[in-house]
Amino acid sequence: MTTTTLAPSALRAEVARWSPSLWIGIGLLAFIVLAGLFAPWLTPYDPLRQDYGAALRAPDAAHWFGTDSLGRDLFTRSLYAIRTDLVIGFWTTYVPMLIGVLLGAYAGLKGGWFDAVLMRVIDTALAFPFLVLIIVILAILGPGTQNIYIAVFLVGWTMYARLARAEMLVESGKDYILAARTLGFPTARILLRHALPNVINSSIVFSMSDFVLNILLVSGLSFLGLGVPAPTPEWGAMVAEGKDFMQQAWWISTLPGLMIVLTGVALALLGDGLTHRLGDRHVTGH
Amino acid sequence: MWVFRFVGLRLVQAVPVLLGISLVAFLAIHLVPGDPVRIMLQGRASDAAVAEIYARLGMDRPLLVQYARFVGRAVTGDLGTSIIQRAPVATIVGERLVPSSFLLVYATLLSVLIAVPLAVWAAARRNRLADHLIRLGGTVSFAMPSFWIGLILILGFGLTLKWFPIAGFGRGFGGHLHHLFLPALTIALFLAPLLIQSLRAAMLDAMTAEHVEVARAKGLSESRILFKYVLRAASIPVVTILAVNIGWLVSGSVIVESVFSVAGLGMLLVHAVSTRDYPVIQGLTLVFAVMVIGTNLLADLAYALIDKRVRAE
Repeated sequence: MTTTTLAPSALRAEVARWSPSLWIGIGLLAFIVLAGLFAPWLTPYDPLRQDYGAALRAPDAAHWFGTDSLGRDLFTRSLYAIRTDLVIGFWTTYVPMLIGVLLGAYAGLKGGWFDAVLMRVIDTALAFPFLVLIIVILAILGPGTQNIYIAVFLVGWTMYARLARAEMLVESGKDYILAARTLGFPTARILLRHALPNVINSSIVFSMSDFVLNILLVSGLSFLGLGVPAPTPEWGAMVAEGKDFMQQAWWISTLPGLMIVLTGVALALLGDGLTHRLGDRHVTGH
Repeated sequence: MWVFRFVGLRLVQAVPVLLGISLVAFLAIHLVPGDPVRIMLQGRASDAAVAEIYARLGMDRPLLVQYARFVGRAVTGDLGTSIIQRAPVATIVGERLVPSSFLLVYATLLSVLIAVPLAVWAAARRNRLADHLIRLGGTVSFAMPSFWIGLILILGFGLTLKWFPIAGFGRGFGGHLHHLFLPALTIALFLAPLLIQSLRAAMLDAMTAEHVEVARAKGLSESRILFKYVLRAASIPVVTILAVNIGWLVSGSVIVESVFSVAGLGMLLVHAVSTRDYPVIQGLTLVFAVMVIGTNLLADLAYALIDKRVRAE
């Protein structure tokens, strides 16, 4: 940042744009990602090994989050689950974003029958409660991680397409697009080189809360028994495993659930900060 | 009568979406890899029995004929028959409609009760400590999975304090209110932050509106302006926000009903998926989508009742 050359009032405005939530969000998320990456070095236990002698231990110095009914260390499983949930959350957010932005921007630029058909498809998809539609697709394909990917890829792009199309409709009337068209540039080039950098911002801002929602979706599906299959460490599945032990062993459900909250807060803060930096022009700010 | 014309117009506009929805619901059975009837019977049936069920469900006809019949029946309220539960899907779904609707309305009212005072407070103390704390609380609340919050509420208010029952629907209106309090609160905790955010923004807009400036210039007290003018203007977006988020509300209720064992539509869906009861899944797909579209239509209507300009469209 070249803030040193700015006048005092401009400097204050610039600093006001560095929202603390952005930095706290980045810091927290980096911390979580590193904990997931270095999980094998951070804990002496194996996430899958069962030890019936150590079953249902309350949190103590040896087992920070306690152990579950099979004697597995819950802190270890919570760390390894970062890999499961964050990775699924990432792909289920950014693959649909890529598809949605491209389809929506193209529809906004081209118009015509493609736009009309796409809008009807989007309206239909958005008429269903999102979770219901995903569950119905999983009922057809069967539960499991791979089918969650397929289900979310099929449906998740619609929101991004709607956002990108709306942005594109605004952009396509502007001079630089008209100029590119007059010069006879091919549509693909106008779309990718000229328009995309301007229409993608609102999608990036939305993607941060979508990331949170997708982690909640994956853990929710696993909680219902439709998601990540049994021995794999996954937060929602861990919460579900503790459901029947709430009275004897409160820690099984509560502590892994805290990891979801922590990750969600990190992403939400990051999103808040991004909204301030990128979004004010594009997303209705405060 | 503008109401009829308005509703009629919106229904006509909804036809393509309704067709899309019916197609998705129809395909819910036909896209199942393998033989859905054999999957439902879990291999227990003879070939003759399978053929008999195919004929009974009309699944031996051409796809287009089946689709036309499916739409024709759905319009008259016939959603097919569950082979597993040996009952009409419309009856099975109808029994579950009351607990789910009760829960959804209850959760909506609770979230309005939580959101309005906090939004007023946040807007009145804009960019001060209370405003920041409310926003932070909303961020944390948004990130909390509803199944987890539900279990924590069960642990705290159900098992430990024993203030509320932890499962079921209860008897009578008072019993429903008592039994569904924790589930409704769970849903309200993720709906309220959305409401607070938009209500706060709408109130800040309204505070700078001309008629409010005039009221201020005339020397009306700040609290009187807040409640008399600002809150009224800001209440219109609340209806819209609630309607837009009906999908999330319903999604949340699917998980919350499972946590609290409320015998509603969401629990029925999860149960139908695990028993592979495809006709029930198909019927629920339709019912859930119609709920969303119906709510949006009602919100449009409410909007038109409040604001005359919308009717002219």
